Amino acid sequence: MARLINRQPDRLGRWLLALLPFVILLLLYLINSEARLAVNPNDKMLPSFPTIFDSIARMAFEPSRRTGEYLLLADTLSSLRLLLMGVGISAALGLSVGLLNGGIPLFRTPVSPIVTAVSLIPPMAILPILFIVFGLGDLAKVMLIVIGICPILIRDLQLKTLSLPEEQLIKAQTLGATSWQILLRMMLPQVLPRLFEAVRLTLGSAWLFLIAAEAIAATEGLGYRIFLVRRYLDMSVILPYVFWITLLAFAMDWILKVTARKAFPWYFGRNGEAQG
Amino acid sequence: MSQPILQAKNVWKEYGDVCVLERINVAINAGEFVTVVGASGCGKSTFLKLLLGTESVSRGELLLDGKPIPQEPDEHRGIVFQKYSVFPHLTALGNVLLADEFAQSPWLGKLFGAAKKQAVDRAVAMLERVGLGHALNRYPSELSGGMQQRLAIAQALMKKPRILLLDEPFGALDPGIRGDMHQLIRELWLQQGLTIFMVTHDLKEGFALGSRLWVFDKSRHDPQSPQRFGAQITYDIPLQGGKLKAEDALRLSPEPKTEQ
Repeated sequence: MARLINRQPDRLGRWLLALLPFVILLLLYLINSEARLAVNPNDKMLPSFPTIFDSIARMAFEPSRRTGEYLLLADTLSSLRLLLMGVGISAALGLSVGLLNGGIPLFRTPVSPIVTAVSLIPPMAILPILFIVFGLGDLAKVMLIVIGICPILIRDLQLKTLSLPEEQLIKAQTLGATSWQILLRMMLPQVLPRLFEAVRLTLGSAWLFLIAAEAIAATEGLGYRIFLVRRYLDMSVILPYVFWITLLAFAMDWILKVTARKAFPWYFGRNGEAQG
Repeated sequence: MSQPILQAKNVWKEYGDVCVLERINVAINAGEFVTVVGASGCGKSTFLKLLLGTESVSRGELLLDGKPIPQEPDEHRGIVFQKYSVFPHLTALGNVLLADEFAQSPWLGKLFGAAKKQAVDRAVAMLERVGLGHALNRYPSELSGGMQQRLAIAQALMKKPRILLLDEPFGALDPGIRGDMHQLIRELWLQQGLTIFMVTHDLKEGFALGSRLWVFDKSRHDPQSPQRFGAQITYDIPLQGGKLKAEDALRLSPEPKTEQ
């Protein structure tokens, strides 16, 4: 018998083992839901699957009686728009400030400390300020996402830029490069793959900030809907919405991963120190 | 014409109380291939940094073509390090193109159309010269260690530097590959009339390659404070284009300490 650390599941076993926790979770839900509904058919905590499917059909495929919109679609578009704006602005700012911080000491000296300080402010603590300053509309929500994840992106990309080998910097200078050319042709392309990774890691936080902001002041959006139906304990809507948000987050993560692999073959093809 | 490319006049390098180099008086003429050996910590890498411009002299003068050497790296001095000398995000061709792109495209750092075609032709010729004609579109991570160093040399030569600095360029290669690289660098030196300054750990390599060998060592010792005195060039041995055998030369001089 081989040691435990040397035993690998085969292809089929890998799939089965990966699915197992999900199946267990589903079974636990079904058993408990069944038990609660047997005691009280009007129980709302763990709705049965038919109830959940009814809710999904109502939210996704029937126009709302009040507004005539398909609510799931309208909520999704509204949330995605804010999220992508927030993440997009953060990525652009994070990349440019992070690069300048990492590449130019005279820029880093004044900027880096303030970025560090801002990154330590709990974003939720200043959400009221954002609502006061930017109003209750979209801007405050986008700003919350930006304030929440931008400092992290800046610091991460700054570290990545600083970690580029000194030898490369010297080499570029001996090839006659100006500071601008070094930023553009040497640092930027080597930091870009890291931007994709950093955005993937901060996507979860971005969703958190968006849903929190929507819960407090919004008229549509996935987070708004969840907190709206919470008043009626409508788990049959909350659960599919949570599932849907998770699916969206997973899809974004996957798209970023695949795009990065396509766009930066040199970054993922390397093994250990094998690069020049 | 007889002005040396590089001249050190009474150069000292100190870090606080620690003296690394002292009283260096030496000149390198065009077309010389100087190899430098010495124990680690003897200051040979510091001297290379002085030549590169990443460190500055504490006393004395270091002249390139009669003028004080600039205090930052520039295109007059090419460099090949032991590693990290090429850019991992560019293909072999992209790496070699870089010199022309920097020179001709100040804002984008990238060439297009006819200018690009011309630069590509030049780069391909250089890559073929160093034996990488078959690997134009490969990334450095897909090249072996020896091929990466060939690429680094090709990249540096595109700028036609006044002096090519090599910092233990073959130290990480296995012996067979190292032999091929020695042949390549000697051919390039002779054909292109390069001036080369190479730091190495390998005494044999030092004797076999160059036209001149320097040994860095301390000539004065203070047992109470070992850092008090710096290293000098204790031996400056002319080699007839590498014809002098290492064993013969060893008989002439006490064996300098080398790394294990």
